Amino acid sequence: MNGLSFAAAHPGHTPLTDGLPGPWTAIAVAIALTLYPLVINALGEPFYLNLGARVLVFALAASALNLALGYGGMISLGHAAFFGVGGYAVAVMGQQGWLAAWMSFPVAIVLAAGTACLIGLVSLRTRGVYFIMITLAFAQVFFYLAISLPQFGGDDGLPLRVRSLLPGLSLADPMAMYYFVLFVAGLAFVLLYRLVASRFGRALVAIRENERRMAAIGYPVYRLKLMAFTLSGGLCGLAGALLANVNNGVTPHMLTWHQSGLLIVMVILGGSGYFWGGLGGAAIFLLLEEVLSERTEHWNLFLGLLLLFIVLAAPNGVMSLRGRLRRRAQAAKEGAPAA
Amino acid sequence: MFYLIAEQALNGLQYGLMLFLLAAGLTLVFGIMDLINLAHGSLYMIGAFVAAALYQAIGLFLPSLLLAIVLTALIGLILERVLYYRLQRMSHLSQVLATFALILIANETIKILFGAQPLMISMPASLSGAVELVEDELYYPAYRLVIIAVGLAVALGLYGLVNRTRLGMWMRAGASNPEMAAVMGVRIRPMFTFVFVLGAALCALAGALLGPLLAVSIGMGESILIPAFEVIVIGGIGSIRGALVGALLVGMIDTVGKLLLTIGLRAVVDPATASTLGPTMASLLVSLLMVAVLYFRPTGLFPARG
Repeated sequence: MNGLSFAAAHPGHTPLTDGLPGPWTAIAVAIALTLYPLVINALGEPFYLNLGARVLVFALAASALNLALGYGGMISLGHAAFFGVGGYAVAVMGQQGWLAAWMSFPVAIVLAAGTACLIGLVSLRTRGVYFIMITLAFAQVFFYLAISLPQFGGDDGLPLRVRSLLPGLSLADPMAMYYFVLFVAGLAFVLLYRLVASRFGRALVAIRENERRMAAIGYPVYRLKLMAFTLSGGLCGLAGALLANVNNGVTPHMLTWHQSGLLIVMVILGGSGYFWGGLGGAAIFLLLEEVLSERTEHWNLFLGLLLLFIVLAAPNGVMSLRGRLRRRAQAAKEGAPAA
Repeated sequence: MFYLIAEQALNGLQYGLMLFLLAAGLTLVFGIMDLINLAHGSLYMIGAFVAAALYQAIGLFLPSLLLAIVLTALIGLILERVLYYRLQRMSHLSQVLATFALILIANETIKILFGAQPLMISMPASLSGAVELVEDELYYPAYRLVIIAVGLAVALGLYGLVNRTRLGMWMRAGASNPEMAAVMGVRIRPMFTFVFVLGAALCALAGALLGPLLAVSIGMGESILIPAFEVIVIGGIGSIRGALVGALLVGMIDTVGKLLLTIGLRAVVDPATASTLGPTMASLLVSLLMVAVLYFRPTGLFPARG
């Protein structure tokens, strides 16, 4: 019951070459995201700057999850824990007056990665649905801790009255906030690209495809998966730290299983195991939500119908459509009937 | 003190048996059809809403309960025929996304049909009294006793169905190895439909029975989904016996644990903090139980897949 096997879903070509973006896509994405605030400002809709920053934060979180879920085949329903740990780390340090970003962000990342490492240590013993549920259980533990401990603000969460401090840049300005998020997320995307393109990343994909064979060849499967899970958690914590800044605080909602589920939905929507899957999924989901909720009270209905349509039309995510179109074009060129 | 705990134990039994009704369907659909159905809780919500609305309209409890079960089973049948048989051939991830979409659709449709306010219904008058279980010491609501009896009867019935009938034998064969079962001549398709409709009917039964005890509201499906998944994972996916044991464990820990933790915490912290901390600690305990079970038995207590 390997529900994730890429080879089964894409007959006729090897998974090892997929999931790597070309440089031109990356350049196009970078240019579009850099120009976005200027366009928004020209249109005079500053509200959309905040939306843009939120899309980027969720893109980062979803891409971090994609490393574990899409590339590593580890369906984690517990990434809200790492997201929340990162956010709460920044908020708690903010309460104590430690506002410098160079201090709070690394602490957030290290705490989230450490949490992920500990959870992974236990969870990676299980497979399939059992893995999904054990990661969920761990995340629930963090949720219950956050709502029951008064130091973490209980049900109300913690406000972040002053955003993290950077030398020479005030994050109070929405434009500065957007570019800071873009810069940090951009760095994380470069790191993620280096990771998935490395021997480590390819080994991870190979483990997703056939764990037993990789173990037989002599790869330390458990250790590689744990490393991927830890890195994924750390990056998710970074996204949480950013979200705490964008939202001016944290609430226990960051730690609910809805949040984990939402991140999974974004990854699947965009395309799990595709490099831009996280960004695509986060952008499509949040923009649809925004557009639909402006137009109709019953936007959830239309969002559900659209998601259902997307699953049936593109079962492997929106990003998989590109490869499918390309293959179809190639088949047409060779005069063969389209596959 | 003893009777206080005894009363909570009965509450735990009642909650556990209702969880079992949901978990039984979930574990069968998952184990036999290999289908992750996040929208299982939505069927429970639909059953609760239909039963509550019918009861408000006609004022008779039992007919509205039965009608709600039939209607929800019918919705299950349509869903299975139109959507789920298609999802079954897709990956688990696509199933997650599609059934998540179904939750959104179900919630919003219910909101359009019944409004955003929760429906409040009272229990049938003949069952609204309390029964004296131990003289002067332990009174227990008759309605909850009925729920316990129905839950036990369904558990027994399901046990008989799965372990004593030919259909049950096919179901066990399907849960342990669907391809092999199909090759050996089990007609898998109709069995899938039957299992799914059965699951939907059990959901509706649970929803309709719990309606008078809870507020029938839109988020109710999701709030019970996670405990139901915890139950089937603790019990082992595809196993009815596992679902029963898991459901009773979770039900007991949740209710009795709440009481004992609150009492215990009062010795350590002030009463106000104890009464808020106790319930969260009990929920935490359920999560920890699942972690512990999976640590020692990575496929649950009673794994069905051979």
